Amino acid sequence: METIVSIKPLLAVLVSLLVVPILVSSRAPNVREAWTFVAAAAKFLIVASMVPTILNGAEIVYTVAEVIPGVAIKFRVDALGMLFALVSSSLWIVTSAYSIGYMRKLKEHSQTRYFCFFAFALSATIGVAFSANLLTLYLFYEMLSLATYPLVTHHQDPEARSSGRKYLLYIVGTSIGFVLPAMLIAYNLAGTLEFGRQGFLAGTGSKPLMALLLVLLVFGFAKAAIMPLHSWLPAAMVAPTPVSALLHAVAVVKVGVFSVVRVLTGVFGTEQLLALNFSPFILLAASVTILVGSFIALSQDNLKRLLAFSTIAQLSYIVLGVGLLSPKGMTGGMLHIAMHAFGKITLFFCAGAIFVATGKKNISEMTGIGRRMPVTMAAFFIASLSIIGLPPCGGFISKWYLVLGSLEAHQMPILFVLLFSSLLNAAYFMPFVYKAFFCAPHEAMFKNTVEEAPMFCVVPLVITALISIILLFYPQPFFRLASMMVQAITGT
Amino acid sequence: MGDLIQLLVAKYNYWIYITLMMIGLYAMIAKNNLVKKIVGMNIFQTAIILFYVSIGSKKGGTIPIIEHGHGAAGSHVVHAADYINPLPHVLMLTAIVVSVATLGVALALAIKVYERYNTLEEDEILAQIREK
Amino acid sequence: MSEQYPALLVVVPLLSALLISAAGWLKKRLCFPIAVVALGVAAYASIGLLIRVLNEGVIIYRLGGWPPPWGIAYYVDHLNGLVLAVVSVVAFINLIASQKSIEEEFPEKTGAFYTLYVLMVTGLLGIVVTGDAFNLYVLLEIASLTGYGLIAMGQKDRAPLASLNYLYMGTIGACFYLLGVGYLYIVTGSLNMVDIARILPPLYQSKAVLTAFIICMVGVWLKMALFPLHAWLPNAYTYAPSASSSLIAPLMTKVMIYVMIRLILTVFTPQFAFSNLAISNSIVWLAVLAIVMGAILALAQTNLKKMLTYVIIAEVGYMVGGAWLGNRAGMTGAILHIVNDALMTLCAFMVVSNIVYKVKGYAFEDLKGLLRKMPFTMGAFVIGALSIIGVPPTCGFFSKWYLISGALKAGHYGFMVALLFSSLVNVVLFFRVLEISYYEPFSNHHVGDHHPEPMAEAPLTMLVPLIIVAAGLVLVGLYTGDIVNHIIQFAIPKGIV
Repeated sequence: METIVSIKPLLAVLVSLLVVPILVSSRAPNVREAWTFVAAAAKFLIVASMVPTILNGAEIVYTVAEVIPGVAIKFRVDALGMLFALVSSSLWIVTSAYSIGYMRKLKEHSQTRYFCFFAFALSATIGVAFSANLLTLYLFYEMLSLATYPLVTHHQDPEARSSGRKYLLYIVGTSIGFVLPAMLIAYNLAGTLEFGRQGFLAGTGSKPLMALLLVLLVFGFAKAAIMPLHSWLPAAMVAPTPVSALLHAVAVVKVGVFSVVRVLTGVFGTEQLLALNFSPFILLAASVTILVGSFIALSQDNLKRLLAFSTIAQLSYIVLGVGLLSPKGMTGGMLHIAMHAFGKITLFFCAGAIFVATGKKNISEMTGIGRRMPVTMAAFFIASLSIIGLPPCGGFISKWYLVLGSLEAHQMPILFVLLFSSLLNAAYFMPFVYKAFFCAPHEAMFKNTVEEAPMFCVVPLVITALISIILLFYPQPFFRLASMMVQAITGT
Repeated sequence: MGDLIQLLVAKYNYWIYITLMMIGLYAMIAKNNLVKKIVGMNIFQTAIILFYVSIGSKKGGTIPIIEHGHGAAGSHVVHAADYINPLPHVLMLTAIVVSVATLGVALALAIKVYERYNTLEEDEILAQIREK
Repeated sequence: MSEQYPALLVVVPLLSALLISAAGWLKKRLCFPIAVVALGVAAYASIGLLIRVLNEGVIIYRLGGWPPPWGIAYYVDHLNGLVLAVVSVVAFINLIASQKSIEEEFPEKTGAFYTLYVLMVTGLLGIVVTGDAFNLYVLLEIASLTGYGLIAMGQKDRAPLASLNYLYMGTIGACFYLLGVGYLYIVTGSLNMVDIARILPPLYQSKAVLTAFIICMVGVWLKMALFPLHAWLPNAYTYAPSASSSLIAPLMTKVMIYVMIRLILTVFTPQFAFSNLAISNSIVWLAVLAIVMGAILALAQTNLKKMLTYVIIAEVGYMVGGAWLGNRAGMTGAILHIVNDALMTLCAFMVVSNIVYKVKGYAFEDLKGLLRKMPFTMGAFVIGALSIIGVPPTCGFFSKWYLISGALKAGHYGFMVALLFSSLVNVVLFFRVLEISYYEPFSNHHVGDHHPEPMAEAPLTMLVPLIIVAAGLVLVGLYTGDIVNHIIQFAIPKGIV
């Protein structure tokens, strides 16, 4: 495995931080937005420029500072990190466009603060993606929690206040209360925190101690919304929709689940997990979250809350995939990071577009909306196919690999969970889509004219919906990256 | 019993200073009047000063001054056991100065408190504070 | 010139205090420049001294050339080189930042204030640099008396009484220390710290040495406000004027922690303190109590300054516990925390200083909407809060790292739980404050062009030092590895594992 030293990872993280002073000082909103685009494009380009190197089998490292003997703040770009970074940086560009349309149409306040903290949040997300060890991951994880607080509580009303508190309580409480002691115990045991090919904790402690650390680390990264530490996510839906879209469908929650995947592969290692037989525990936690999350989603009327619970369930697919500890399962799980991101962000964009155009938030008030906003609902339909896991959308590939993975690992109950949850996904999406397009004229709640949301809102969601379709036929480079990572882990 | 009395008599300087310290401490804690507390603090400090001075004394020792000691006359060997130790006295000069300075600051603060609250009794002051 | 640094850093501020006092009578405008020059020289000398120690090793400076044990020797090694640099830099930055607030709070007494300020820094620097046990008492009293004066200059209502209560307890503490030194003198006949350490080992079994140690410790604990000897601190630091509290709060308790560590490591040697006495465990539990009580009492406060004073009490618990864990990680954490806590407390109290300057109050209700009105100050407050909570890459995280590592190594899980509990409580404390400053009363924030309240920041001379300190918190955090490897590692004797 060739290792190249380059400052590019640090640049990728810093580019959005550096643009913040410019954002703060610019008077005209157009200048401010333009600079946001510049930063998003720059970040994407820097990340994309590293893709060829990674696809060739090399890794890029960069050490910032050795802050504790043996542990440095350090970046390492490997296949998994690159996959995640590509997803989030590309989606930032799209979300910035969407934000402009959304915030301007609704005449939201404090837009400068919004764009600045968005930039911070993306910095932190890329930082997590490129972390070389648990300490750096923790650092950027915390930075993300703090950067997203002003975004979640943007509206500054009492509801935002209480949701913000819940957000902090769950996320910061678990990271300080669970992850920090686990990290220190792990450091004391192993003397290092670097993510290893087969985990750095392999063979350093007794089974009960490993079990304790596993529980602390898996549940400590509460951004992964594994039950029972999931309730911050529906509460965070008070945020403006672009925040929910990028952060809570892509950045924040994916950071959580990415951290859990790193814990399973880089801290513990698949061999050790197999040897200690921890896989059932992980699978159980993930399955419970999937099933319960999907069931709760069925009962939701508020569209964003439904999507929130759907997200909770979908995230655990990723954990499930990696928890299967079989090559196909892990590939499916990692690939789902990308597939779910594109699909879910489309769904959230649609929800926001509906709110901007009609002011409606609840499904019960949206009968017949397909007549009025056909483009939006078509995108919604495509994205929901991706989430359910049906062709012609990318989600089909990841679900397929998850199914293969569960067969490979001889876990028949998991196969059942996968199939049943897909049914549930269909059950909470399809009725809405059907009612939106096909309803008796007297039931329609909207006039028959086509009146979409502003351009800046509609174009991004069309783009992401199209990408969801394209990903089925051409899932590169995500598929290649996921397979490379699995190969590196299993040594095949 | 004989042992105890012997202990008391032999180490009487320790017992005196401990007693004085306790008196001072009692005054600082139990007395209500600010000036009495300050006096107690002073007694506490004086006890320690006395203790230091007492440890310098030696049985049969005399004042540590050598007559006509400068020049050639002072360059002979001195039996340290004949002279009491001057170092603790010197140290305590410093400590006395510190004690006096502390006393001054404390009294100045007490005056400021009196100017504001018109009383030097701590319970009355606290009552006035609570009222506000 | 650089051989004279140890003396310079005490003598220059001392003499300048006289000059300032004279200038206060004759020409008030000269007071501040003289103070700046004095503390600037002291800071320069301390940093120069630290560099010398890093290059040459331990430095012994004999005042007046008298050899020990007759003369007073200044003894500078890695431990106090580091603390000296921190103390002088903190005092210097604070002086510059407080100028406006001093002019505003007592315009007629600036001469007196600067005199006391510089004298206090003299005392603090002297405590850290000296190698003589009695000299330490003298300088301790210099620092304390000037401290009482500085605190008493606050609001007429509460400050003199708070200062008087501090005076009582502080004097008892210093007297206990003096008594302990007396016992040591009886037993060893020497007052020089290194000399005492040389003479003591055969005498470790004697009751006098044990008494000396315990009395010294109790005296030092009183002065550093270790729970339950802390009762003087909240009132004294809260009612002091802003400029005084931002000088005294970061420094006084940390310097006393330094004294405790010096007594453990150099005078009484770790072998006596940790092995011969069996009290380490109990003291760590006492520290746990301090941390927990500090956290709980802080939660009960409704006024920002008092809340911060209880946070200080908890931080003292961190350092005492870390030092008494008896292993290298814990001691590293304690020494690192001296540096980090001085900076964090400075940042927090300078924020309060800025807030008081603009808003004239420091209760929670006064903080409404401050995030918008004073964004830079509150931004620095956020960084300070993150450091106190212990979020990387700020420095507070790294000292917590070492402290928890030390607790794990020593098997003292109670201490680890207390540290985590304290972090979580700090999250609540600081986010409560940030919430109040963030959720200003908004009428209709969704629609229309909302005219934000105009920014009313503190003046630049108060803001720029604050931003420097906040940036320093992150920089010191990133450079932790260097600080530990090049300085602190050598400050701890090899015997401690």
